[in-house]
Amino acid sequence: MKLKGWKELEIGAIIPEAGNAEQYNTGSWRASRPQWIEENCIQCLFCWIYCPDSSVTVKDSKRGEFDYGHCKGCGVCAHECPGKKGKKAIVMVEEGN
Amino acid sequence: MSTPLRLKELSKKEDLLTGGHRMCAGCGAPIAIRQVLLAADVPLVAANATGCLEVSTTIYPYTAWKIPWIHSAFENAAATISGVEAMYKALKKKGKIDRKIKFIAFGGDGGTYDIGLQSLSGAMERGHDMVYICYDNGAYMNTGIQRSSATPFGANTTTCPAGRVIHGKPQKRKNLTRIMAAHDIPYVAQTTPAHWRDLMTKVRKALEVDGPAFINILAPCNRGWRTPTNNAIELCRIAADTCFWPLYEYENGKLTVNYKPKEKKPVTDFLKTQGRFKHLFSPDSKDLLKQAQENTDHEWDKLLREAACWAEETGTTEEGK
Amino acid sequence: MGKKLAITGNQALAEAMRQINPDVCAAYPITPSTEIMQRFASFVSDGVVDTELVTVESEHSAMSACIGASAAGGRVMTATSSQGLALMWEMLHIASGMRLPIAMTLVNRALSAPINIHGDHSDGMGSRDCGWIQLYSENAQEAYDNIFQAVRIAEHEDIRLPAMVCMDGFIISHSIESMEFLPDEVIRDFIGEFKPKYPLLDVDKPVTYGPLVLPDFYIEFKRAQHEAINKAKKVTLEVAREFEKISGRSYGLFEPYRLDDAEIAIVLLNSAAGTAKDVVDDFRNKGIRVGLLKPRLFRPFPYEEIAEALGDAKVICVFDRADSFGGFGPMYMEIASAMMAAGSSPLMVNKIYGLGGRDFMPEDAEAVIKEMTGILDTGKTGTLKEYIGVRE
Repeated sequence: MKLKGWKELEIGAIIPEAGNAEQYNTGSWRASRPQWIEENCIQCLFCWIYCPDSSVTVKDSKRGEFDYGHCKGCGVCAHECPGKKGKKAIVMVEEGN
Repeated sequence: MSTPLRLKELSKKEDLLTGGHRMCAGCGAPIAIRQVLLAADVPLVAANATGCLEVSTTIYPYTAWKIPWIHSAFENAAATISGVEAMYKALKKKGKIDRKIKFIAFGGDGGTYDIGLQSLSGAMERGHDMVYICYDNGAYMNTGIQRSSATPFGANTTTCPAGRVIHGKPQKRKNLTRIMAAHDIPYVAQTTPAHWRDLMTKVRKALEVDGPAFINILAPCNRGWRTPTNNAIELCRIAADTCFWPLYEYENGKLTVNYKPKEKKPVTDFLKTQGRFKHLFSPDSKDLLKQAQENTDHEWDKLLREAACWAEETGTTEEGK
Repeated sequence: MGKKLAITGNQALAEAMRQINPDVCAAYPITPSTEIMQRFASFVSDGVVDTELVTVESEHSAMSACIGASAAGGRVMTATSSQGLALMWEMLHIASGMRLPIAMTLVNRALSAPINIHGDHSDGMGSRDCGWIQLYSENAQEAYDNIFQAVRIAEHEDIRLPAMVCMDGFIISHSIESMEFLPDEVIRDFIGEFKPKYPLLDVDKPVTYGPLVLPDFYIEFKRAQHEAINKAKKVTLEVAREFEKISGRSYGLFEPYRLDDAEIAIVLLNSAAGTAKDVVDDFRNKGIRVGLLKPRLFRPFPYEEIAEALGDAKVICVFDRADSFGGFGPMYMEIASAMMAAGSSPLMVNKIYGLGGRDFMPEDAEAVIKEMTGILDTGKTGTLKEYIGVRE
C-alpha cells in the first residue's frame, strides 16, 4: 500500500472514517481458534456479550459464525459457554490443526 | 424507548467499538467498553485518556470508534470532555444544535486514580453533564505493569516487585469510587463486565441523570495479572463473590449494595487465580494473606454498615432493592 | 469611528473578548492576566455575552477544555500568564498538533524560581516551539487590535492553528492609557462566523481526534504543520490590510522605526520598544544613523523580511527580555539566523534586560546605543551577550 504524503493527509491526524479498524486484520494473532458447534448452542449470546473483539456475528438475535478476521483466539467465549447438557457449543482448537 | 436489557434485543444494535482494534487477546477493557456503548440509546461523544484503550483502538490511520472520539493527553480526559460538553451547551443556546447528545470519558486506573484525579474532581465539581468511566485493571499496564494507587495490596508489579524484603505493593489501594461519591454527584457506581446487566443498568442510570456520573469497572488484564487469556469474565465474578470488588451504587448520595454473595468467599479465592499474587502463597507470607483478607473485610463491612444506615433512614429493607 | 477611552491593557482585552463573544472560554486565575477573565466573567453573569465559561481547576485543564471545546466545533478563547502557560505547555502542543484555532491572550510574566509576578517574556519565548502563532503587542491598543486579527489568522482555512497575543504584564496590563475601541458590529463583521471543520458534535459524521501516530506518518503531520504556520505570514498581512480599513491603523509582520539608511539597528519587543523610540529620535537629531525594529509576528518568524529591513545595518543590538541560560537570548538567535541566511554579517550583540519586571528606562537605551556607536567606529564587539541594569 502506498502511504499518503504530507499534502494528502487530513489535518491534525483526524480520522474521518469511523470504525475503519474493521479493515485491519487481527485474526492472524490467533494461536487457537474457537469452533462453534451449533447443535450444542442454546443461543444464550454470552459469547457475543463477552467477546472483547466484536467477533461473534449475530443476526436476528441468533449467533452465526465467528469473525475470524478479527478474533484473536483469547478463548473467553469458550470459557463462558454454558453449552447444552454438559457439552460446550464452543471449543478451542489449535491453529494449523 | 430504550432497548430492553436482554441480549437478544441488544444484539440487534450496532457495535460502536469495532473489531480490528489492537487490545491484547482476552483483555477485559474492550468487553466493558462494548457493554457501555451498547447500553446507551442516545448519541455519545467520548474522550479517552492516554492508556491501553486509547492507544490500541486508534492506531493511525485506523480507528475502532464509531462515535465521535477525542484523545488529547493522559491526565485530562475529564477536562477535555467538559470542554466538549461546554461547547454543546453554547451551541444549543445559540440554536446551532438541537439534538440530545451525551458525553462520556474513558480512563484507565492510572489516568483516573492518579494523574487524572484533579481533572476528574474538577469536572465533577463543575457539574458537567457527563459520565466518567474508569476501567480499572489495577496498574499502569500500557507502560508495562507499573503500580498505581489502584494496585491491590501485595500485588507484584514492575515498580513494586515481590522481592526478598518487600513483598509486592505494601500499600492498600485507594478507594476511588467512594472518593467520587464524596463529590455528592447524582450517580456513582462500581461494577464488572461479568455482571453485564448490572453494568448496563448502571450506565443507563448514569446517562439519564442531568449532571456528572462516575462508574468504576473492573477490567482484568491477563498480561499484568498473570492469568490465562480466557478467564477475564470468571475473574470478575470471583472478585465480586469474594467482595474484593463489590457491586454498589450511590443514587443522589444513597448507597445500595447491588450484589451480596450468598456465601462470601475468602479473598484467597481471588488472589490464587493470579500470578501477580503468587508470592503471597509462600509459607512465610501468611501475615500478608491475613492482611489482604482484613483489608477486604474492612471495606466490605464499611459498605454494608453505610448501606444499612441508608436502608433504615429511607425505610426500605436492604433486600428490597 | 470608534470611541476613545482611558483603560488598562487587561480591560481592553476583556472588552475585545466581549466583542468577539466566543462560544466557550475556559480559564484559571493567574496574575497579571486574572483581570481579563474576571471582567469577562461579569459579562457572562450579566448576559452581555452568551459564552459558556468553564472555570476549571488548573491551567492544564483550561487548555484541555479549550481543546475539547474547539474540536467540538466552535470559537474558543482563554487567557493566562507565566506559570499558567508553563502548566499548559503539554497541551499547547496538542492544540496546535490537532490544528485547533484557539485564541489566547498571554499577559507576559517572568517564570519561577524565584517567583516573580512582573513582566518579562520568558513565558512567551518558552512556548516558542509549541506550534502557536504568536503576535506581540507594544501597548493596549496593539493588544486589542491584535486579538481580532489573531482570531482571523488562526481560523483561516489554510492555517487552522492556535494563536496567542502577547502583551507585557503590569507595564501594559495594569497601566491606563488612552486607546480607541471599534464598534461592536464592525468587530462582528470583521471576525465573521466560526466555520467548524470536523466538529465532534456532528454525531452523524463521527471523527476520531488524537490517534496514536507511529513513525510511518508522524513526520508527515509535522511537515504539514510547518507549512500551515508558515502561511500565517501571508495571511497576517492580508488580515492587517483588512483591519486597516476598519480601524485606520496599519500593521505589518514587524514595525520598522527609522530603519532606512540606519547603520545601527536595535531590535526590541513589546513595551520597551515604545521607550526606545524617543531615544532613537534623540540620536537621529544628533545625526547618528540609528533605527529600531519591533517584531510583531514572532511565530512564524519572518526571516527574509526582517533580514531585508535590517539589511543596511552594520551593527545590530538585539534586546531580549527572556533568557536561554547557557545560550543567547531567543530573539538574538532568530535575528542572527535571519542575517546569516540572507548572507549578511553585521556585528551583533545581545543585551538581556528587564527580567522579572525590572524597568527599562530611556537611559538604558541611550547607553546601549552609545556603546553601539563605539562598535561601529572600532569594528569590534566586546562580550556578545551581556545583562544590562544589573547590580554588581
